[in-house]
Amino acid sequence: MEQLYGYFLYSLSLLTFGGIYAILCLGLNIQWGFTGLFNAGVAGFFAIGAYVSAILTAPESPRHLGGYDLPIPVGVFIAMVVCVPVAWAIGRVCIRLRSDYLAIATLGIAEIIRLVFKNELWATNGARGVSFVPKPFEAWDSPWDQIAMALVVLVIVALLYIAIELARTSPWGRLMAAIREDEPAALAAGKNVERFRLEAFVIGAVVMALGGAMMAHYIKFVDPKMAEPLKATFLVWVMLIAGGSGNNKGAILGAMLLWFIWSITETIAPIIIPDSFAHVVYPFHLVASWFLPEAWMATPIAPDPVTGLDSWDSKAPFLRVFLIGLALQIVLQKFSSGILPEQRLQSLADTDDASARAARSSPS
Amino acid sequence: MLRLEDLTKNFGGVLAVDGCNLEIEEGKITGLIGPNGAGKTTIFNMIAGALRPTSGKILYTSRGEDGKESTVDISGLPTHEMFHRGIVRTFQIPHEFGALTVLENLMVVPAEQHGESLYQSWFHRKKVIDREREVRRMAEDALEFLSLTHVRDELAQNLSGGQKKLLELGRTMMTDAKLVLLDEPGAGVNPTLLRKLADMIRRLNKERGYTFCIIEHDMDMIASLCDPVIVLAEGKVLTQGHMKDVRRDERVLDAYLGGGEEEAA
Ligand SMILES: Nc1ncnc2c1ncn2[C@@H]1O[C@H](COP(=O)(O)OP(=O)(O)O)[C@@H](O)[C@H]1O
Ligand SMILES: [Mg+2]
Repeated sequence: MEQLYGYFLYSLSLLTFGGIYAILCLGLNIQWGFTGLFNAGVAGFFAIGAYVSAILTAPESPRHLGGYDLPIPVGVFIAMVVCVPVAWAIGRVCIRLRSDYLAIATLGIAEIIRLVFKNELWATNGARGVSFVPKPFEAWDSPWDQIAMALVVLVIVALLYIAIELARTSPWGRLMAAIREDEPAALAAGKNVERFRLEAFVIGAVVMALGGAMMAHYIKFVDPKMAEPLKATFLVWVMLIAGGSGNNKGAILGAMLLWFIWSITETIAPIIIPDSFAHVVYPFHLVASWFLPEAWMATPIAPDPVTGLDSWDSKAPFLRVFLIGLALQIVLQKFSSGILPEQRLQSLADTDDASARAARSSPS
Repeated sequence: MLRLEDLTKNFGGVLAVDGCNLEIEEGKITGLIGPNGAGKTTIFNMIAGALRPTSGKILYTSRGEDGKESTVDISGLPTHEMFHRGIVRTFQIPHEFGALTVLENLMVVPAEQHGESLYQSWFHRKKVIDREREVRRMAEDALEFLSLTHVRDELAQNLSGGQKKLLELGRTMMTDAKLVLLDEPGAGVNPTLLRKLADMIRRLNKERGYTFCIIEHDMDMIASLCDPVIVLAEGKVLTQGHMKDVRRDERVLDAYLGGGEEEAA
């Protein structure tokens, strides 16, 4: 019974994290999936959302800026608003760049944003981060607090899905796809391409900030490690591409599915690789430790006298990256445009709205 | 309608267009010919706002709402500005929105689509849908005109080269164009389709009053469609006039032979 309850809580956390990643994926889908903007700096907007909302809502602390004690929704909202001018300014400078240069520029800017948060100690407490970020429904009894949190995230995902899907199926979405497909032709069709690219960039960034803010309130903590590109940018990209870029359902599915894989690797790594196998894998682990953030390479607690390795729990991180890569490969082998590829729509003109029905059925 | 004055484009030392003076008259179908590299496409790019001239003027005369004519220098304006003044172009190499359907390719074009605003698509859905119906009817009419109705829901990337050329022409039909610039509409189009294409251009000229300027290598098509014909060589106007006079002109023959072209026959 106790174990069952544990599984239940675990699946709630899968849903909540998956949902938060789905928010990030929907944001990236607006930029990349619809408009073809290669934003490799998801982590930057994620960090802005997380930090702004955390600082605005966390209790007073001598270690960082704060003590505003704003309600969580207000903090989240302001975090999104703050992201608008930041994304707009970045977009103004970078949006005209060719796709690959845009990727390099945004990747660099996201790193700058992360380093600012890491180094402005007075505001952010540096590497030690902001703790005691309030979590919604904290006062409720378990598991109701977890259930309510998961529901809130899922409702946000659903509302975002509806709003973004309405946009995608309107001339706005068609125009974004046209810009992605052929910019000179979109220009020749009289569209102010730069303005629309900028719009997609800013809106996508605001959605990412929402994801970041939700993450901060869910795990009650922010630090610069959260905004490392591997987890906050790369993973989101893999989710979107596996799920199907250009397809909102695909973005959500990809996020849920890959978060599931990402999360259970932690549990299954020791099962699928016995400890005696450690000697073989050790060199790979060593190489991985050069590239992966420290946080992922947890320090061994009880080192094996031969290899210096502890049990496999702490080796999961590099295996995770491998499995995620493998999952992406398998998906793309089978579905070249992701599990749910982009759907071109019948025109909105087919919409059977009430007035048209009335017009048809009226005798005159 | 459109006058180029000493229009020059210098690509880092390559004088693609070298002090070009020419005029496109309203209501006519003007041909623009010349050997490869003469600067024809570059001139189109400047008129359509895709390239900024190094120097010179592009004087555009249009009639305002009050019926009064006014002439302005439009050189250097962005492409979307040119479009809203009624200048529409097609590309030498077709540019289609590959992952969009043929119908959608045309539906992108019209201006004043409320649904291009997020606010309107969220909160004024009905207005957006009504306009969408109009736009779709317009696109379906254009497809009918181009005999592309059977590929209406096909992705544009799956069209043949000739069909893509027709789609290029179709885009010009989705707006109140005044001046339409066609860059080699006949290249890669089979002879039957080519005759149809010429008919369509003539019809658009008569029925919709489009003024055309056409770059083309098919001399028979030029001869049957265009009057006057302007001959360009090395970024300058060599001569202009009726096709039968132009054909006899020694300099034209020389330009083509010098340019290594055989099509001047
Ligand atoms: N973007 C460009 N950059 C550099 N040179 C160019 C560019 N576009 C055209 N040119 C050069 O300008 C000259 C005229 O080209 P173009 O206008 O395409 O000729 P046409 O269309 O008459 O065949 C050519 O010598 C070509 O190489
Ligand atoms: Mg050319």
